[in-house]
Amino acid sequence: MEPLLEVKNITKRFGGLTAVDNMDMEVFPGEVVGLLGDNGAGKSTLIKVISGVYHADAGTIFFEGKEVRIDNPMHALRIGIETLYQDLALAENLNVYANIFLGREKLKRFLGLINVLDHDYMLNESKKVLDRLEIEVPSLKNQIRTLSGGQRQAVAISRSIYWNAKFLIMDEPTAALGVAEQKNVLDLVKTLSSQGVPVIIISHQLHDVFSVATRLVIMRRGKKVAERITKDTTTDEIVGLIVGSLPGDYGDVNDGAKETAQVDKETGLVDEGQEGKQ
Amino acid sequence: MMDNKNLSKILIGIAGRWTLIFLALEIIFFSIFGTNYFSLKNLQNILLASTTVLLLATGETFVIITGGIDLSVGFMVGFSGVICAKVMVTLQAAGASQAVAISSGIIAALLLGLLPGLVNGLLVAKLRVPPFIATFGMLGIAYGFAEIICNNVPIMGLPTSVGSIGHGYLIYWLPGKVFAFLQKPENLTRLELQNLVPIIPNVTVITAIVIGIFAFILARTKFGQHTYAIGGSMDAAERAGINVKRHLIKVYMISSFFASLAGVTYVLRFITGRAPAGSARLLDAVVAVVIGGASLYGGTGTILGTVIGALIIGALETGLVNLGIPTYNLYIAVGCILIFAVLVDQFFPELVRKE
Repeated sequence: MEPLLEVKNITKRFGGLTAVDNMDMEVFPGEVVGLLGDNGAGKSTLIKVISGVYHADAGTIFFEGKEVRIDNPMHALRIGIETLYQDLALAENLNVYANIFLGREKLKRFLGLINVLDHDYMLNESKKVLDRLEIEVPSLKNQIRTLSGGQRQAVAISRSIYWNAKFLIMDEPTAALGVAEQKNVLDLVKTLSSQGVPVIIISHQLHDVFSVATRLVIMRRGKKVAERITKDTTTDEIVGLIVGSLPGDYGDVNDGAKETAQVDKETGLVDEGQEGKQ
Repeated sequence: MMDNKNLSKILIGIAGRWTLIFLALEIIFFSIFGTNYFSLKNLQNILLASTTVLLLATGETFVIITGGIDLSVGFMVGFSGVICAKVMVTLQAAGASQAVAISSGIIAALLLGLLPGLVNGLLVAKLRVPPFIATFGMLGIAYGFAEIICNNVPIMGLPTSVGSIGHGYLIYWLPGKVFAFLQKPENLTRLELQNLVPIIPNVTVITAIVIGIFAFILARTKFGQHTYAIGGSMDAAERAGINVKRHLIKVYMISSFFASLAGVTYVLRFITGRAPAGSARLLDAVVAVVIGGASLYGGTGTILGTVIGALIIGALETGLVNLGIPTYNLYIAVGCILIFAVLVDQFFPELVRKE
């Protein structure tokens, strides 16, 4: 099977600091990949390169078998790569279907003169996509602010799926949720992958990642240190790989510890936008 | 037994309509204690007296929904008013016909009136100046330019037809006899003239049409939806592909368009152009929007709510005059309402942010 997404030799530097160092990774259709690593390991930077926020200094990205250059986040969205950050980017004062259609509202002619919002269409289409993903919300006419964290997460996911996301990146999707809600979101991730939409999930909650991810990629100091099939590994091993008490598969990344220590610190700063929130 | 959920639903329902109830109570109160308060003539007076506030508040509603504020609208009334009057007087002196002079004055005022809004929008959207500061600065600039244009004295001697438009009515009705539109029926006796009932002032017609159009835009179109989205989360709007900067510029231009229109209606009604005209109406306009259910934190508000808010202020003002109470009391009342409404918004957001 061909990977849907393949990144090869991606390197991203900030000044003299290497946040992502010669990173390889691939994601196959229907797969859930857990991207793991400590703060400053380069996870978020890698994700931002894939979603068009940063430009890689070296390396190539292949999407659906073709080499792509992702210039900006809108470009990533257009080709079907959707990134869900913790803040979800929903307008809390608008209702569910208005958010699903935000920026791409369906219009109809009013009195043959002027374009107005087609509420019925947007409501029905939203219902369909929520049903398909087996998501339950009290009413699609409810404002987002009345929904729980998990429901918001579900709305954000529905929006990306409705607009034909082929590939989803989720940054700490369960961080702010209660236990029952976490389970709902993880179930939703499984539903997505069973419908052929692969997901990269970044999370510090190893338990969550273990429950949904089929494969785990572990980063340390900007480099990939190991890759494991979830069912063939243990949390102990993964923790060891994350903190560096176990050697990686590709040689010891702690070589030249003095230099990299500074890099690590600095990349931690660079990554703060995402990882500092946890 | 009424369970809590029902009770809170009812409370929220009342809160949602309290403005309408309050307006009705106000009119009943002044009708009982005032003289001739509840008459066609006086009710039309309320509408006329509310013109400036209605217009300013409608434009302000768009800005406040995006989470901003436009403090320049008060002095913008004078700014566009003196432009309107100056162009009329100048063209008339140059020998232009009344129709040309009047229409040129109105068009010039409305077009030049968009400029401050454009500048406000550019400052807020592109240069990230806080709306409070950008429009506060524009307040001074607009006033200064207005005084320069009118040389520090009110502009008088406008074409005579200005008054017949500004003081005219849509319908003239002589009970039992004639209906006439826009112009008084001709050949009436003095007694008949006395009995003539004018219905709906021209200025109110213009105001209602323009407000109606923009109420529709806000409630039903994509533009309106994006206005709410920006107020809800600018970040979400941006990531949804909405051109937030361009949208904000348009919103500030809508606000200054309404302020200019208020300036034009001022000239029509008072047949003069004055630099400080309307400056005191800024407070009323913002309060009308807030009474109408908009949150100063952005994201909520409707034109209908704002219109009711403006009428509450207009009815109060007319009522105080009717009872012979000095109108400066109005400022105190309106100021208190503003602070009270914001406190309610802060501590009981669910009352304001209903679906």
